[in-house]
Amino acid sequence: MSPVIGVLAIQGDVREHARCLEQLDVDVRLVKTAEQLKGIAGLVIPGGESTTMSILAVKNNLFGPLRELRNQIPMYGSCAGLIMLADSISDGRADQETIGGLNITAKRNAFGRQVDSFEIDLHIPAIGEPDYHAVFIRAPLVEAASSAVEVLAAIPADKSLTGTDQVVAVRQGNLMATSFHPEITSDLRIHKYFVDMVRSA
Amino acid sequence: MATDAASTGVTGTTRVKRGMADMLKGGVIMDVVNVEQAKIAEDAGAIAVMALERVPADIRAQGGVARMSDPTMIDEIIQAVSIPVMAKARIGHFVEAQVIQSLGVDYIDESEVLTPADYINHIDKWAFTVPFVCGATNLGEALRRINEGAAMIRSKGEAGTGDVSNATGHIRTIKGEIRRLSSMSKDELYVAAKELQAPYDLVCEVAEKGALPVVLFTAGGIATPADAAMMMQLGADGVFVGSGIFKSGDPVKRANAIVQATLHFDNPDEIAKASRGLGEAMVGINVADIPVPHRLAERGW
Repeated sequence: MSPVIGVLAIQGDVREHARCLEQLDVDVRLVKTAEQLKGIAGLVIPGGESTTMSILAVKNNLFGPLRELRNQIPMYGSCAGLIMLADSISDGRADQETIGGLNITAKRNAFGRQVDSFEIDLHIPAIGEPDYHAVFIRAPLVEAASSAVEVLAAIPADKSLTGTDQVVAVRQGNLMATSFHPEITSDLRIHKYFVDMVRSA
Repeated sequence: MATDAASTGVTGTTRVKRGMADMLKGGVIMDVVNVEQAKIAEDAGAIAVMALERVPADIRAQGGVARMSDPTMIDEIIQAVSIPVMAKARIGHFVEAQVIQSLGVDYIDESEVLTPADYINHIDKWAFTVPFVCGATNLGEALRRINEGAAMIRSKGEAGTGDVSNATGHIRTIKGEIRRLSSMSKDELYVAAKELQAPYDLVCEVAEKGALPVVLFTAGGIATPADAAMMMQLGADGVFVGSGIFKSGDPVKRANAIVQATLHFDNPDEIAKASRGLGEAMVGINVADIPVPHRLAERGW
């Protein structure tokens, strides 16, 4: 039986994530309410605006159920979703709440504004060869991570203008997150990696 | 622009421009004229703000030539909020667009709400790193703008009126023309392209996908939670609200309500909840009472 994977549909590129998941033979459910969270085997938190997502999750009483669920099922967040899964945010709004669970500090809009949004090829050992073409849009960065966090991908020092590795994909147990947007490319390997996590959870 | 961590990737690609609009989907973009309004919009859950000197209702009331906003005012709004900031350039005014790009704005609206600077050409939007959104009243107009490099389309409606009828008409027209293309056989698309006055390749792409290749928001006259929800039910990816919020009796409440109704656009109970006790809506003008030369939607071609 195919597992049901939810896509948090408060705002953002929900449709693109749903399309990727459907190609991997899972049933997709768009989730806007606590009721709709019941019975899903995994949850994707899409790209979008983390401020808006957080404010609306508060207003619609979603944080309680989401925090409970993060200990039970795999979750994957892209871009704004990475911020939503981070334990702490730097440069966020003072009152910005997150689901948390990943022991990381996420820096919002770490690469600059929209004119600085970019595409780059990344080496991601967890999904194998060839390099993955990653799209970063007003993207966040994993500024700090505890030793419990596995780094899945980084922009290497020789390609980053800071001269240091910039961590852009992480996993900790059942939770994973990327700064970039696999959902707006046709390469399904990141989604497949997550679906495999869900299937083996 | 201060970027403390930028990498050596490729910027300004079609994918990052159109992708940026994808991230705005399901959201409300609000017109704001100062920092205080920008913060109200952000707190209400706006997905982005449009920084401009006068909302369309005031432009309409005061008349005269409407131009790009003062860069200082745009800077202040960029500093005040963490959500994306958009700003308007006049149709065809590529130097206003260059200036706005240099300020670090996240999206430029080449807008009929301002007085056009060129009655023949629109801006060559491919020449910019920053993405553009443009207005359209029908599919042909939308595809011409996309051909010029627009990475997002909004149906025009009639800005500054609080009368949603034109917004309804434009989104229905665009969606209807897309459905019509999808039902055509391949050999009929040549003439369809001619009739739409749009590039053949884009016409084929729309026919095959059954959708525009970019995000489609709606704008112009949206003043209530139910207006916003109706636009979403008609197939818009999100809404722009201009004068409707800050020209109403209680902008904080109304901003929150419109965001909530946009999220729950297919749930009448939630829309009803959002519609309660909002105070006065903006005083509207019936589009039919505006002489044709004063209709903003007629600008752009």
